[in-house]
Amino acid sequence: MKMTRLTAALAVTMTAAAPAIAESLFFPNMSYRTGPFAAGGIPFADGYADYFTLINERDGGIGGVPIRYSECETAYNTERGVECYQALRGENPLVLQPLSTGITYQIIPRAARDEIPIHSMGYGRTSAVNGEVFNWTFNYPANYWDGASVIINYLLDENEGSLDDKKIVLLYHNSAYGREPIPTLTRLSERLGYELLTIGVDSPGQEQGSQWLQIRRERPDYVIMWGWGVMNSTAVQEAANIRFPMENFIGVWWSGSQQDVLPAGMGADGYKALAMHGTGTDYPVYDDLQEYVYDRGLAAGTGDEVGTVLYSRGMYAAMLAVEAARTAQEIHGVANITPAMMRDGMANLVITEERMAELGLPDFGPPFEVSCQNHGGSGQAMIQQWDASAQEWNLITDWIEPDRELIMEMVMEDSLAFAAENDIEPACLN
Amino acid sequence: MPDTLLFAMEAAANGLTAGVMYALVALGFVLIFKASGIFNFSQGVMALFAALTLVGLQSGQIPFAHLINAIFGTRLHYFGFTLPTLAAIAGTVVVMIVFAWLVERYIFRHLVNQEPIILFMATIGLAYFLEGLGDLMWGAEVKRLDVGIPQGMSLAVDETTFNWFGYGFYMDTLELWAALIAAILVGALVVFSQYTKQGRALRAVADDHQAALSVGISLRFIWVLVWSLAGIVALVAGMMWGAKSGVQFSLSLIALKALPVLILGGFTSIPGAIVGGLIIGVGEKLFDFFMGPLIGGATENWFAYMLALVFLLFRPQGLFGEKIIERV
Amino acid sequence: MLYREAGDFKTSYTSDNQTFPIRFDRYGYYFVLGVAFLVMPLILNDYWTNALVVPFLIYTIAALGLNILIGYCGQLSLGTGGFMAVGAYASYKLMTGFPDLNIIFVILLSGLVTAGVGVLFGLPSLRIKGFYLAVATLAAQFFLIWLFTRTPWFFNYSPTGMISAPTRTVFGIPVTGASASALSMYMICLVFLVALAWLARNLTRGTLGRQWMAIRDMDIAAEIIGVNPLWSKLTAFAVSSFYIGVAGALLFAVYLGAAEAGEAFGIDKSFLVLFMVIIGGLGSIFGAFAGAFFLIAGPVLLKIMLVDNLGWATDLAAHLEIMIIGALIIVTLIMEPHGIAALWRTIKEKLRLWPFPY
Repeated sequence: MKMTRLTAALAVTMTAAAPAIAESLFFPNMSYRTGPFAAGGIPFADGYADYFTLINERDGGIGGVPIRYSECETAYNTERGVECYQALRGENPLVLQPLSTGITYQIIPRAARDEIPIHSMGYGRTSAVNGEVFNWTFNYPANYWDGASVIINYLLDENEGSLDDKKIVLLYHNSAYGREPIPTLTRLSERLGYELLTIGVDSPGQEQGSQWLQIRRERPDYVIMWGWGVMNSTAVQEAANIRFPMENFIGVWWSGSQQDVLPAGMGADGYKALAMHGTGTDYPVYDDLQEYVYDRGLAAGTGDEVGTVLYSRGMYAAMLAVEAARTAQEIHGVANITPAMMRDGMANLVITEERMAELGLPDFGPPFEVSCQNHGGSGQAMIQQWDASAQEWNLITDWIEPDRELIMEMVMEDSLAFAAENDIEPACLN
Repeated sequence: MPDTLLFAMEAAANGLTAGVMYALVALGFVLIFKASGIFNFSQGVMALFAALTLVGLQSGQIPFAHLINAIFGTRLHYFGFTLPTLAAIAGTVVVMIVFAWLVERYIFRHLVNQEPIILFMATIGLAYFLEGLGDLMWGAEVKRLDVGIPQGMSLAVDETTFNWFGYGFYMDTLELWAALIAAILVGALVVFSQYTKQGRALRAVADDHQAALSVGISLRFIWVLVWSLAGIVALVAGMMWGAKSGVQFSLSLIALKALPVLILGGFTSIPGAIVGGLIIGVGEKLFDFFMGPLIGGATENWFAYMLALVFLLFRPQGLFGEKIIERV
Repeated sequence: MLYREAGDFKTSYTSDNQTFPIRFDRYGYYFVLGVAFLVMPLILNDYWTNALVVPFLIYTIAALGLNILIGYCGQLSLGTGGFMAVGAYASYKLMTGFPDLNIIFVILLSGLVTAGVGVLFGLPSLRIKGFYLAVATLAAQFFLIWLFTRTPWFFNYSPTGMISAPTRTVFGIPVTGASASALSMYMICLVFLVALAWLARNLTRGTLGRQWMAIRDMDIAAEIIGVNPLWSKLTAFAVSSFYIGVAGALLFAVYLGAAEAGEAFGIDKSFLVLFMVIIGGLGSIFGAFAGAFFLIAGPVLLKIMLVDNLGWATDLAAHLEIMIIGALIIVTLIMEPHGIAALWRTIKEKLRLWPFPY
């Protein structure tokens, strides 16, 4: 216990040494560039960082206030996540982007107490859609339950409106993240009459031999995958090995990036995945990024990831954060906003097609509006398909609507149960 | 024939090839344990490191590029040339031998005569160090490894079994190749240890350190030798597993699949590692096939350990391990 | 004088055999206790409590438990993560099943449940030894984690399988859940740690501890002189698992707040606690503290130094960090194979004689 004294002494010096920058908007990133999921964490973090750099270099910040960006390495580990949260919390972060369902669950109650907004874009706790219970948590533009429903709606479309007698396998990462879509798919199976079979893969998932033998025996019509990290590439490889028709194999948006399909080579051709935003460098914003960021040597990371799916997602998340900050500045008429103001900006965020075109990202994401009651955006997603010879993802559908009625019903059940457990009176903050 | 039996046979056949993949990792453990009594926890990370080095050399990556860029503000990534696979493999073997020499020189020379648990601990430290070093040298992104081994469903197996049973079995060509390579590897190791001078010295050391020393065998040389051999085995394991699921951090976790193989086969027996691997592979695939649907699936992670545990209760030294004789 | 036995006369066996025979040590111990209970709460800020001190306290409990098993009884175990998960899930079931039960009892009961499970998985130790036993305890690790992720009853049928701790209070002050303050978290962990460390010290120097050590040093010889191996090994497993279960319950309920078996209590947790025990020093209570400090504070302090003070990229820093930790483990072992505790003992011996070394 002598050690604790030493720590305290250190603590004093460390906190005194912390930089105090007067006028800046602090956007930290709880990234992971190491550990078992680094391959997914790196491109996201690069995209997130590069967009902020662009805003600083081109526009001099948001509304004239420069952005301060920093990363805290979580290695996808919840304990490191808590440490990062504690480290960042004191510096008034405008929004936290944990990029891990486990860490999101953990910091939701803490962030609500500390009044720091969380944006878990396409992951995290789905029932955070209910903004009256989860005042500080946002998960627009789409969540897992939307994703599951979009896939089923897409399959309905493919099968002329009926999934009767179809057999669908859900191959999931055996963690909080992977289990999220099960309730939605089960409910939908009751309604639509398909047979659902869930097969779990334990993390990290580089051993899926028996799972795919089982799939081969069961001969399902479709396989839906909720995977992350090495599980994705292994599954795509195994599917190619057993000659499962790739066009009937659909992944969630976390299972649809370049590194998931490239290792399988030509075998991955035709694999489909959800897309909640566009991909590739065919957007005008990349001209600016080239001019202001890459050419000036300011790109984050190695720069190899530009234009990949997860890079685009990081950039999209940063774009939404910047737009929310702008909204907040307009609402409050203050340039140097606080986390509480940022929350108002997020809760009143409106993304239109025109605005996206102005930002150099036409049709990149769905147009949507956030309200105090609904933190979930529109829930739309597209389907993209991998073309192995050209090595690129092609969007093959337009925006597909989820079954929002069912999802809102489930969101209400889950969020109100959470509210009851934690003595939260559902209400809007103002 | 009833379908269930056919499916079970298919699962068992796949278990055999999976077992070979486990045995490949276990072999490295056995080599080092036999010669030096060190339980080398870093074997899995060595496989990762070897595979990373192989990919790096193949694609002409500049080692430590990221670090160099961060310090000097340069933007180096690739040398701009690629190496043919065989040259890259040879280069990796050299790297692993240098690594073995460094390990002996800077770690284990200072830990002679320590208790096994201390040596075990040192290899854990080594595993940490190597993991950081590998990422620092070659980057943490997932990399594709292509050494020219075909992958995918084996048509020959499919056709033959279809002609026999009316149901085509699924076997992965890569795993069949892995089995072949493992057989060659074991054969080479046996020839090496039986018919070469160094191999005999190796066996002498494994039998009795003191006696070997007294007839003039250099322990240090032997340690470098086994660590090099283990490094080469790690390279083969890393190549096979890397071709299967890409080269990245998770590759180091395959060591965990090798542990039950080791206890089943015994820590000191090379045939034990192979037989143990096969038993574990078949056992877990069949258990998952019959019991998985009843109790929730994904039983592979623990079944191997449970099997090994039950087995140990009857034979505490493993299948081929030396009988443990204790004296007061 | 500062650190002397001279003039410190012992008049009874009790005082001769006390834990801190040197007066200076004894006062130092009271001083540290005083600082921990009275001064630390005043000077600790939220960041240091949450990022460093609370995990340090919790992992010290786990390291104490594992040290009893490995350091005192000589049974190598790699099932620590699984046993911590038992503690965590037991506390979750108790908290949600009996909302009125005080959290102190919840944590103690979780420890008892874990002790039961530990005895069950300790049974093979009667036949299996050494590394074979270590690998056999991995069976416990993997099986328990699988059980907790696959059996919905354990996580009250929540759709994601996450368990989250509701708010519970001690004397009206919340210690679990989001509303718990850093201070209350610190205090509850500290109270448990001090009580359990005291218990461990007294257990290990009593009859039971001597039996364990006899088994550790040579089990066959111990059996011949009348030590019952069944009783000794199983009590070691029980006591050790109790500590580890308490640590798991505290880690989940007080520190993390929400957890998932596979992620929070995976195999890396087993290794982490094992490293603490070996780096700290086998068979030493102080070693558990030192090892936990080394492995909890080390990475955090390194990170602060590399990222915040030197401004390195986080990924470079993270890679260097694990290289440095690995290198430190090796260097520690080469310098002092018996851990930091042995180093500490050497320093104390030197201090006693200082400034005249002969």
